[in-house]
Amino acid sequence: MQAETMNIWNLQVWRRAYWQQWLRVARSSGHIATLHPRQIYILPTVWGVLYAIMLILLLVGSINYSLSLGYFVTFLLASLGHTAMLHTWRNIVHLQISVLHAKPVFAGDTATITINMLDAKNRARYAIAAKIEQNAAVIEHIAANKSCFFLLPFMTHKRGLYSLPRISVYTEFPLCLLHAWAYAELPLQILVYPKPGGQQPLPTLLIDARNSGVSRTSRGDDDFDGHKTYQLGDAASRVDWKASSRGNGLYTKIYSGEGAGDLWLDLATVNGELEARVSQLAQWVVNARTAQQRYGLKLPNLTLPPNDSQVHYHACMQALALL
Amino acid sequence: MRTKSKLVNAAQIKWLLVSLGAILTTHSLNLPLWVIGVSVLLGAWRFIAITKPIFMPNRWLLVMLSLILGLIIVLSFKGQFGRDASLSLLVIMTALKLLETKALRDYMLCIMLGFFLVGNLFLFNQSMPTFGFSIAPMLLLIATLLNTSLNNQYGISESGNSKQKSIKQDGLFILQFSGMLLLQSLPIMLVLFVLFPRIPGPLWGIPQDAYSGMTGLSDNLQFGNISQLTKNSSIAFRVQFQGAIPPKNQLYWRGPVLWHQEEHSWLMASDNIGLPAEHLTVSGPATHYTITLEPHNRPWLLLLDMPTNLPSNTKHTHDYSAVANEPVRSRMRYEAVSYEQYKLEEQPLNERESIMALQITEGENPRTRALAQTWLAYTPTEKINSALKMFREQNFVYTLKPPLLSKDPVDQFLFGTKRGFCEHYATSFVYLMRAAGLPARIVTGYQGGELNPNGNYLMVRQSDAHAWAEVWLQGQGWVRIDPTAAVSPARIEQGIGDADVERDELPLMARHDFPLLKKALLNLDNINNGWNQWVLGYDDKKQLAFLSKVSGKDISATDLVVGMIVTLLIVMAATAFFVLKKTTIALNAAEKIYANYLKKLQAIGLQPNIGEGALDFGNRAALALPVQKTLILDIASHYNALQYGQSKKVDLVNELAMLIKQFNTKR
Repeated sequence: MQAETMNIWNLQVWRRAYWQQWLRVARSSGHIATLHPRQIYILPTVWGVLYAIMLILLLVGSINYSLSLGYFVTFLLASLGHTAMLHTWRNIVHLQISVLHAKPVFAGDTATITINMLDAKNRARYAIAAKIEQNAAVIEHIAANKSCFFLLPFMTHKRGLYSLPRISVYTEFPLCLLHAWAYAELPLQILVYPKPGGQQPLPTLLIDARNSGVSRTSRGDDDFDGHKTYQLGDAASRVDWKASSRGNGLYTKIYSGEGAGDLWLDLATVNGELEARVSQLAQWVVNARTAQQRYGLKLPNLTLPPNDSQVHYHACMQALALL
Repeated sequence: MRTKSKLVNAAQIKWLLVSLGAILTTHSLNLPLWVIGVSVLLGAWRFIAITKPIFMPNRWLLVMLSLILGLIIVLSFKGQFGRDASLSLLVIMTALKLLETKALRDYMLCIMLGFFLVGNLFLFNQSMPTFGFSIAPMLLLIATLLNTSLNNQYGISESGNSKQKSIKQDGLFILQFSGMLLLQSLPIMLVLFVLFPRIPGPLWGIPQDAYSGMTGLSDNLQFGNISQLTKNSSIAFRVQFQGAIPPKNQLYWRGPVLWHQEEHSWLMASDNIGLPAEHLTVSGPATHYTITLEPHNRPWLLLLDMPTNLPSNTKHTHDYSAVANEPVRSRMRYEAVSYEQYKLEEQPLNERESIMALQITEGENPRTRALAQTWLAYTPTEKINSALKMFREQNFVYTLKPPLLSKDPVDQFLFGTKRGFCEHYATSFVYLMRAAGLPARIVTGYQGGELNPNGNYLMVRQSDAHAWAEVWLQGQGWVRIDPTAAVSPARIEQGIGDADVERDELPLMARHDFPLLKKALLNLDNINNGWNQWVLGYDDKKQLAFLSKVSGKDISATDLVVGMIVTLLIVMAATAFFVLKKTTIALNAAEKIYANYLKKLQAIGLQPNIGEGALDFGNRAALALPVQKTLILDIASHYNALQYGQSKKVDLVNELAMLIKQFNTKR
């Protein structure tokens, strides 16, 4: 998978990945992963260790000076550590995590993964943090029997289709002395589009009569020229809602002069290294979309006929991402 | 886990300031005034810097401040680095750390220092009020930690670009949650307190001033020593008698015996090494009693004249005071047997004893010597009586505010001021006796005591400190003579509260003019006594004795450790069960009442379907129970109004309760 090759030269990441494969992970059944007791880990934080050192000092002092109330404070605070441990564990256990969606992003951008965490145990959860790998964490409270969205940032590097890496869920509530955490794996594919780039100008117009659905040569944006039946991929703005409301199916407006903008973006026309060519094509797709031109995409394994819809745009980008 | 250099926010700093302020308040009696002042100023500085970060001192200024303040502490404590100086240093350094606190690391360090300072409180005082005062700062520190866990963006690396937002929580919730955490921690604390093996300290040397707060008899007698002690109403020791309590005028609690006179001072004999123990014969009834001695940082124990059995780890001096092997630094409990009738050292004194018992410094107090010279030919009894008669018949006054005496103090007192306290009378008497050729010595200790009617034990206070004389008589040995009794018999018969002294000079507890207040204070002392015995005095010996008594067999240290671990596991499991148990849905008042109604209907097989509202269910129930139709529909509409209506009326709840009470399932 590309996800692994991405970090394979980063020794630190590789090592972490190595030992982490032995840890238990909450896997989803259906779309919900539940953090079961066996999947929760808990260890003292740095502050917890500091707290323990402070307690040892107090105990030694109490022994040395035969201070009964010194023992009292020491034992109370030690017991508090135990209570805090229970609360930290209780705060995270049995949380139910489901993934909602991830919008595709360009390589190098930060994707936002929306996950949902639900308490079904009738207890409020405080300061629950979640993060993906080394990305920034998001902290939220979850009210009893309620759910809460976490918008997790996820830094992307290369184009392609990735499985969502394991999500770390953790908490240090209530006293910051203990760190309880769990890993959750959720079924989600993240599509990373190629990063648009390259300075090459748009290719000259190439009108291909064989593949154009409508063969009239002079269709531009300028004048309304009639209707055609709606085809999947036609822009919503072009749908003639008024005409469609008569109940005979959807119609798309046709403007004369439209055919003038049809572009063919072909990988074969670009020279250079593959990634640079893919980037250049992505840039062209973006440019054509901004200019509201119709464009088609020609790849070695795939040809997408010209269109100017949102769906077409994403189809092109996906094709480029997976090339 | 990346935790470095995360910043703390204003609310967090405020929590910390409040907690540390509370700690400073509880420590206020243990710190020099200037340390408190400087700490408050530093805290205020940090408070201002919350809104105006420009005022945060830079590192260089902080280093300078630390050096200067450290130096002032060293100088003001004159280089004695003991308990008091370390506390001052710790407080100042914590306050300085506060000024440096921007990052979470420093912040957490301040909190831990805070916990440590709370523990330090008990080095100074372990009384019940101090115990009570220690709870609030602990609670606040826990709340500070809790607030941090709620508001801190822990684990977020600096590179994280997510918006830094803090999760707000109100202070009341945080305090309540902290209190709950403390309460849930009590069971394990109790197990550890009772069962954790108490190790007898100290593990290493203790700073010299660690016990400076302890008062008691010293090893010498100077004019003014005892009258100073008399102003202190703290308890010296408590006594529980197994039989009847001897009359007050027999309650002489023997402490150090002083032999050596030097101008103003009387000291314990320095050359008594190798002297054979004096021979004691006792007769008459024995008195069995148990003493709980407050720590006084001196080795001597106090026992009723004259003790025969001594507690372990203690020994008699040759002149029959009892000393422990080490200074008494923690509360000590011992049993003893004493006899009112005794003869001490009937045989003639040996040469060294005679010399010691007749020693007076040459060239001092000429008038006293001249007077004593005239008594040389008297019999010992006549010598004693002459002196006592002098005290009785000349206008000698018993006072707590004797005038200062300078050169030839005995002369000044006997022929000049004639105003003195027991130490004046005892020392002058012994001086006269020695000058007249009769062996004599001073005994210091306590006289009398006060019965606590609630606890049936005798309280002996520092204000009962006393000094008296012993003279050696042929055939009778050392005989106790109390010259103070000649001047103020009431002091010996009833106690110092009845003695003819200026009242204001005496501490409240030694006086008799506020009976109700005193009664309340006596009750308090009874509680205090229990506190001392069971909480503060719970040491290694008491622990084993107590647990042996509870379990009914002898407990060894190994049993103790095993027992502690087993009990601890059980209690930890119980606590875990309690904390982790399923939370039941809290019902509001209407839901609770409505649940009863549903139970009644369930008995005849009617229950709401999933998703069926109160009204729908009411209609269905009304069909099944046509007789109750109006009531059922009334209940349903009331319930809906309460659950979904705008107004939360108490009346409505009561009405619902009434309706449901009326309701029965008769068809």
